[in-house]
Amino acid sequence: MSAPAPKRHQASGSFSGGFSWAMARDLRLAWRHPDEAVLTVAFFALVASLFPLGIGAEPQLLARIGPGVIWVGALLAAFLALPGLFAADYADGSLEQMTLSPHPALGWAAGKVAAHWIVSGLPLTLLSPLIGLQYGLSPDTLGVQALSLLIGTPVLSLLGGACAALALGARGGGMLLALLALPLFVPVLIFGAGAAEAQATGLSATPHLSLLGAALIAALVGLPVAVGAAVRIAVD
Amino acid sequence: MNWFHFSSPSTFYGLAGRLAPWFFILATALAAWGLYLGLLVAPTDAQQGEVYRVIFIHVPTAWMSMFLYFIMACYCALTLVFNTRLSAMMARAIAPTGAMFTFIALWTGAFWGRPTWGTYWVWDARLTSELVLLFLYFGYMSLANAFEDPRRGDRAAALLALIGVVNLPIIYFSVQWWNTLHQGSSVSFKGTSMHVTMLTGMLVMSASAWMYAIGATLVRVRSVILERERRAQWIRNLPEASA
Repeated sequence: MSAPAPKRHQASGSFSGGFSWAMARDLRLAWRHPDEAVLTVAFFALVASLFPLGIGAEPQLLARIGPGVIWVGALLAAFLALPGLFAADYADGSLEQMTLSPHPALGWAAGKVAAHWIVSGLPLTLLSPLIGLQYGLSPDTLGVQALSLLIGTPVLSLLGGACAALALGARGGGMLLALLALPLFVPVLIFGAGAAEAQATGLSATPHLSLLGAALIAALVGLPVAVGAAVRIAVD
Repeated sequence: MNWFHFSSPSTFYGLAGRLAPWFFILATALAAWGLYLGLLVAPTDAQQGEVYRVIFIHVPTAWMSMFLYFIMACYCALTLVFNTRLSAMMARAIAPTGAMFTFIALWTGAFWGRPTWGTYWVWDARLTSELVLLFLYFGYMSLANAFEDPRRGDRAAALLALIGVVNLPIIYFSVQWWNTLHQGSSVSFKGTSMHVTMLTGMLVMSASAWMYAIGATLVRVRSVILERERRAQWIRNLPEASA
């Protein structure tokens, strides 16, 4: 004798539901405390201003090192913004509640990373032409520079998001996160800075931008899964 | 034969202890033969002179640095998918040996580069990606040891190792994908452009490095097992623990 299976009332979760919910939530939080985003951008501008003061301000030298310095500065600023991605939610238990939600971790983790990119990577990209002007880069170099940052910073956010989730609650904090994330950032830096540098020296930036775009596609496909898995490991 | 019999730390502990000395003996014998071939028998290279002989250390260690990362990543995948205890311990045991081989490959490469290229270091694709590999090993070891709960460290570090696997094809193909100072490979499955004694010496040294890596991993995994399972009764019953 078999009893009829009880009808299960289960809130249905979906990737897009989790994604849009987490992104809207994190954007609203960032909007209410805009100082974090402002600090990231201010750090970028400060670091970029230190190099001419430290190395020397000859226009030729600045135009030569500009693309690389701007990329390294943006990379470090994006890196320093990483702990803010999960740390507060991990500390007050919200992250654990999110893993209990019907939405897959893949969705809301990706949403959080997307929101994080909008408040860190995107402002850095928008500011970069201004910094580039300080270094005397030509207009088309400025454009390629901003384009390479536009393609590259989402990869940094995804890679860094996975590392930030892995390092939650670990001993060693920021130094450990640097050891995990910065080596993985290396290829992005090489292709990103390479694009602007190629443009500045009269070569084609297309190969670098294509490789960067390939890295972005691979990161978009593979890394949200890794971020979701890393968050699950952290709250288990 | 039940292959899963040795997948438990308690049974593998004894097996590793019995096997490790044999791998060390093999490694020593092969190293003696390989170094004899490499340093005494193999002819002087027509272009590079005697300096080329560093390949008998450099190439085997570079191969092993990548291969060990791959094996470590396989154990990490097992850890994440099946949540097996021993695979995480094996991954932890492999990492220091892999890092050591990576370091030796970079170091011997620098010593070879100075007389041949005129510089200890260039920032080309092969060298940079191998340096990134060294940092990946360091990152893996730091993350694995960064938590109070070792199982958490196992799983977090395993995921990091799997993300880092992307670096392996970059190292391997870097000399073909980019115009680099590092020369391309002289050895392939289709044949070789080297003198046959040179090739034999290099392969014998590689086998030696491989045997050493297995032996060192087995010894280290025994320490990891002892540390992690120290509260288990079977450890207390061991003759070396009750002393």
